Amino acid sequence: MNETAIDKIRALFPDIDCKEVKGCIVMEVAPALLEQTMQRLKSYPDLDFGLLLDITAIDYLSYPQPKDARFYVVYTLRNWQKNWLLQVRTPVARPEKGLPTVSGLWGAADWAEREVYDQYGIRFIGHPDLRRILNHWQFVGHPLRKDYDIYKGQICYETDSLEKEIKARLLSKGIDESTMKDINTEMMYLNLGPSHPATHGAIRIFTALDGETIMANVNEIGYLHRGFEKTAENRTYNQIIPLTDRLNYCSAMMNNIAYVKAIETWLGLRITDRAMIMRVILSEFLRVQDHLVCLAANLVDMGGLTNYWYLYNEKEASYDLISRLTGARLTSSFTRIGGMYRDFYEGWEADMAHHLKAIEKGVNDSLKLVLQNRIVHDRTQGTCVLSKETAMTYGYTGPNLRSTGISFDLRKDNPYYHYETFDFAVPVGSQGDIYDRMMVRFEEIFESIKIIRQAMKIVPGGPVFVDDHKVALPPKERVYNRIEGLANHFKLIFEGVKVPAGEWYDSFEAANGELGFHFVSDGSGTPYKLKVRPPCFYAMAGYHEMVEGEMIADAVINLGSINIIGGELDR
Amino acid sequence: MALGLEAGLGDSVLTTKLDAVVNWGRQYSLWPMVFGTACCAIEFMSAAASQHDISRFGAEVVRFSPRQADLMLVCGTISYKQAPILKRIYEQMPEPKWVVAMGACASSGGIYDNYCTVQGIDTVIPVDVYISGCPPRPEAVLDALIKIQDQIRTESVLVDRNKDFKGILD
Repeated sequence: MNETAIDKIRALFPDIDCKEVKGCIVMEVAPALLEQTMQRLKSYPDLDFGLLLDITAIDYLSYPQPKDARFYVVYTLRNWQKNWLLQVRTPVARPEKGLPTVSGLWGAADWAEREVYDQYGIRFIGHPDLRRILNHWQFVGHPLRKDYDIYKGQICYETDSLEKEIKARLLSKGIDESTMKDINTEMMYLNLGPSHPATHGAIRIFTALDGETIMANVNEIGYLHRGFEKTAENRTYNQIIPLTDRLNYCSAMMNNIAYVKAIETWLGLRITDRAMIMRVILSEFLRVQDHLVCLAANLVDMGGLTNYWYLYNEKEASYDLISRLTGARLTSSFTRIGGMYRDFYEGWEADMAHHLKAIEKGVNDSLKLVLQNRIVHDRTQGTCVLSKETAMTYGYTGPNLRSTGISFDLRKDNPYYHYETFDFAVPVGSQGDIYDRMMVRFEEIFESIKIIRQAMKIVPGGPVFVDDHKVALPPKERVYNRIEGLANHFKLIFEGVKVPAGEWYDSFEAANGELGFHFVSDGSGTPYKLKVRPPCFYAMAGYHEMVEGEMIADAVINLGSINIIGGELDR
Repeated sequence: MALGLEAGLGDSVLTTKLDAVVNWGRQYSLWPMVFGTACCAIEFMSAAASQHDISRFGAEVVRFSPRQADLMLVCGTISYKQAPILKRIYEQMPEPKWVVAMGACASSGGIYDNYCTVQGIDTVIPVDVYISGCPPRPEAVLDALIKIQDQIRTESVLVDRNKDFKGILD
């Protein structure tokens, strides 16, 4: 599929070096050509890379093979219609001089470049508001640089006022001091968060209000920045699995699966059929759980507490299955590279069938309260509308993107684990308002249940681990009785799975959208760099576009409807 | 619901110790303020939902305004960026107040031993009870609540709590 893409790019950019790595085209672009290349990639009709998935940087300071420059910035782009994935790599000779910004081309670049600046200290010339995003404003240095000590914490004494930013935002909307004098009113500034029941975590939504109408909005994140990426650089590949649990903790197992899938893709490892079907069943089950929590919380915000009991109780009951299977309720760490930690327990089919039925009942009960409810309609229809264009430019993926009418779903467009053999639909919205976002999630619950039921009929027998003890732990009986088994075990635990040197990106359709992992390996058992492409981060980056001009109460339910999860947002 | 006891008492006066009656009231009407930041907050939601039902212990009136609460439940990781907010919210709560550090992150930083995570909230505010687990099960939250109640039973209204605490932000 990428044959035509790489030919087309080679023909259009004859001077640029291109190669294909695991289904992704990688271009090496000199800084001087960056602006022009990005412009073309976005605007040429037969390229049309409308989705900027992620921007990150790599610090090659301690990389075994020498590179031309210490820093490289990597842009990950996607043309979702043609299923083309592309990465543009640019060397940065002097980080303080930096690179030209691409925030004029994609809205998503605004926050993505701020993150690169915050973590690596690379400047972006022409960026409208280049300041820290994950770390606090009193922080000195750039933590993801290889010469920054992981243990060097820095105390923050007070929070940022954001006064300058909100004034600038107001000004960009055409409201300055003189208009305020003119209409004889004063803007009221209101903080939602960082500790507020409406924020479902720690986010700060700062608004300028005229009455109850939001005139301008600036958001601050990073309150739950836990240093996932820096910590990952100090752990072996399998030790990172518990960290991935805590990204989107409402569907922890999906992150586990996405993470190990990325490594297995690079290793070229084919997992057993049983493990593959297990992963399909479990990830769809967790997708249901994630949507249940999102909808339950969203309807509570709207005042519909009964929905919370209908939806959350079924989720709570499903924890019984998950804890019987994994031993944990929330953070299960259930996958390993090359398979699953354990097989299904005896009698899981009956439990699963029971839970699916109960979930269907709960969701239908909730829908009875919502579907014909005038209050819900009035509050959600036509409010906080997200247009197709805004969604694309800010890098929305998953249910939020689909609610605008774009039917991009990696399970259909770039299928893995034989998703193409399942019969399921991709629900899409038409308006992109809160109602559509909720209904897409409701429908996805039914579609996921459909997939689970189909998959349960074809669960094959056999082991759940590959029989390759360079990646998977040997059975205990071999560890205790054979020297080879003992050596395998010892090396895997102490040194980790040896992953060949290289760089790659792999993505997965998680409950919230495209969850991607960008790895840089130096050939050891520890990743040299690991960047997560969190769907939430980009959903939050476009939040202000949705709420400006709406009422303050709509901002609260809108936040619930795009399902922001702090662990994934701030990592 | 009469127990039949009061009939025998007539208009007499009951005497008790001030500490005993005040502590009795405080123990069974704790109003939690949930400072939820991460995964633990999801498990707190489960503790409050019908299956575990925190109201059996008299603590179901979850307040999101610190000014109306006397039990702070810190559910989740506290980063250095979050720490001044935690301290400020703690200070907004009226005395007497108790703090529970829920989960490994709040207690000690947990698996996040790095540049951005506070290594235990007891470096910022005084903590009464720690809950282990990552995240703890809802039963553990209830257990912590009972521990707080036991602690309240032994306290005196005449003694100020945590007067000499000094954290990294003080």
